[in-house]
Amino acid sequence: MNKIGLIIKREYLTRVRKRSFLILTFLGPILLAAIYIIPIMLALNSSTDHLRVAVVDESRWFEERFTNNKEHTFVTMQGQPIDSVKEMVKSGVFDMALYVPPTQLNIPSNAVVYSIRQVPMEVENYISSVMKKEIEDQKLMAQGVDPEIVSSVKTDVNLQIMRMDDKGNEKETFTKVQFALGIGLAMMVYMFIIFFGGQVMQGVAEEKNNRIIEVIISSVKPFQLMMGKVIGVSLVALTQFVMWILLTGVLYVGFSAFIGISHPDLLSAGTVMSQEITTNDIMNNESVQGILQIVHSINFGTIIGCFLIFFILGYLLYATLYAAIGSLVDNNTDSQQFTLPITVPLIIAIISSFYIVNNPDSSLAVWLSMIPFTSPISMMVRIPFGVPIWQIVVSILLLVGTFVLMTWIAAKIYRTGILMYGKKLSYKEIFKWLRYK
Amino acid sequence: MSRSPVSNRLMMTKITVNEVTKKFADHIALDRMCIDIPEHCIYGLLGPNGAGKTTLIRILNQITAPDSGQVLIGGEPLCQKHITHIGYLPEERGLYKKMKVGEQAIYLAELKGINKAEAQKRLKEWFDKFEISSWWDKKVEELSKGMQQKVQFITTVIHKPDILIFDEPFSGFDPINANLLKESILELRDKGATILLSTHNMASVEELCDSITLINNGKSILQGRVVDIKRQHDTHKREIIIRTDNSQPIYALGDTYNNIKVEPTEVTDEIKLTTFSESPNALLEQLMQIGQLVSYKEVLPSMNDIFIQEVQSQNQAS
Repeated sequence: MNKIGLIIKREYLTRVRKRSFLILTFLGPILLAAIYIIPIMLALNSSTDHLRVAVVDESRWFEERFTNNKEHTFVTMQGQPIDSVKEMVKSGVFDMALYVPPTQLNIPSNAVVYSIRQVPMEVENYISSVMKKEIEDQKLMAQGVDPEIVSSVKTDVNLQIMRMDDKGNEKETFTKVQFALGIGLAMMVYMFIIFFGGQVMQGVAEEKNNRIIEVIISSVKPFQLMMGKVIGVSLVALTQFVMWILLTGVLYVGFSAFIGISHPDLLSAGTVMSQEITTNDIMNNESVQGILQIVHSINFGTIIGCFLIFFILGYLLYATLYAAIGSLVDNNTDSQQFTLPITVPLIIAIISSFYIVNNPDSSLAVWLSMIPFTSPISMMVRIPFGVPIWQIVVSILLLVGTFVLMTWIAAKIYRTGILMYGKKLSYKEIFKWLRYK
Repeated sequence: MSRSPVSNRLMMTKITVNEVTKKFADHIALDRMCIDIPEHCIYGLLGPNGAGKTTLIRILNQITAPDSGQVLIGGEPLCQKHITHIGYLPEERGLYKKMKVGEQAIYLAELKGINKAEAQKRLKEWFDKFEISSWWDKKVEELSKGMQQKVQFITTVIHKPDILIFDEPFSGFDPINANLLKESILELRDKGATILLSTHNMASVEELCDSITLINNGKSILQGRVVDIKRQHDTHKREIIIRTDNSQPIYALGDTYNNIKVEPTEVTDEIKLTTFSESPNALLEQLMQIGQLVSYKEVLPSMNDIFIQEVQSQNQAS
């Protein structure tokens, strides 16, 4: 055991000391934070960017329908030929020109925006929504319906979704949050397995191609070396994970404080924006309470616990297989044919997670979260939606069992593979190695 | 050359390889191999490529296990605890390129069960002896191949094992460092280590080995002390050099006996005779009447000749 400790220590220290580890550790949270910060920064910046839009409406349907705000001003250029207005856009008098062609009999259905620069999405949306509303209103009036009535009839329904368990406990769920959480967790497991499994494979191939392997395995058993490497790298992965969480937290708090001081009004705007996709409806009423409700609805203890279990077991299962593959590699070019069989289940799991997230209790979802090669990813998609305890337990047991079996097989392959040089290997031959003493 | 100081005494057997067989998918690497390696000697393991030497060495190092048969170390069956008693320098050897020399040497010593402080102390002695102390903080990739070999040799012997296994130890060394290495090996032997030397370098076998086993196709085809083997392969070849002004009668002798070869030497009045006679006394008497005897030399076959002869005859037989 002492020797495994030495190996783990070396594997861990040499990786953690690498510059690439430090860069990734600090870059990861910055990228994550950027996802949160950039939309807010854009919101801050876009207000200073004022657009002037010339309107040439030959249909005369939308005159004075466009209202100005601090982002855009609409200037009606009635009677001017569109070509000369286009020239004005080119010379910079206007940022863009909206042209609605003349219509005699029909109602207008198309319009053109001429612009030198990219038309911002919000301007595009604004123009089309104004036009759509106007046309709809006109159509309603032609049918003798007052548009006022139609808009007064419009209703928003706040649909609450309550999950019940057999003990009669009810809990409100927020599907969109679970959706994002499920996909996010699955992606994380997937990326960590691919990335750190790859590191194990590279490490093994390096030892083999360096020819240091025989020196080491005359001191320790190949199994000890393999597991030492797998465990050492897993600790690197956990270190990275913890560092990311801590740094992201620090960045988040730091940025919130910065925004809070310099733009007090935007803090709420920013929060609303980042939550917009997931919690639009709840936010409308009581935003603070809404957030709290969502936070409480998520069982963070279960999620973090399951994440750690499934991530670690999934990593261990795949890392030993990656180690076996690393032992077969003579130079990096021919690793492809051996990595393919183990990347396929991972890819199946990640692709199907987009289906599972919509149907977390479907039979496909249940099966994929039971099969050990896909369960670390598929189960994480389901966890935020709530999974019966027995399914989690069975899945974990299957995963542990498969891990033990695959480690046994991987160790056999590894033991022979690391000492094979310059030989073209077939699956048939590798299969024979399992029976070597 | 310094032969083993104990070679004439009854020796204890250090390593016993008993009927060891190892099969791989398509061939038999070792076929009921038996070898007894005495204590405190340098034992040569010879054989052509693919004969099974590396497999045997890997079995001794417990890297692979035999299909059948047994290995005893000092009378005990080979087991986990013997790992720290063995130092192994494989033919395919390398170091972690990105690691520093000192750090790496300590790591390898620790894997052999030596604590860090002790490893540091012993390494310092060896580094001084090999005059490489200044490399301690260099990365391995900055060293030349010969320099790396020195570090590897040190890490092989750092835990003072009583069994040392060297597989082609001299490859990659310049003559000066090869000599340093040779002296170190002899010194280790004199301090009591049992050394197994696998090599294709027959000159170093003659210089270093007390006994050898010649392996071919997984079988031992020749075993014994180097002196005895040479004696067994004695062809009674003797070289005689005679100084005379009148070479005519000597050439006549060559024509009379078909096992005598006569040829001139680079010195004008000296003539060389090669004979394969088991009783050269009569010939010598004759020659001494013709001229002055300059030298009489027993020519034993070289290990190189014996190697080629044995392997070829076995390959033809099978």
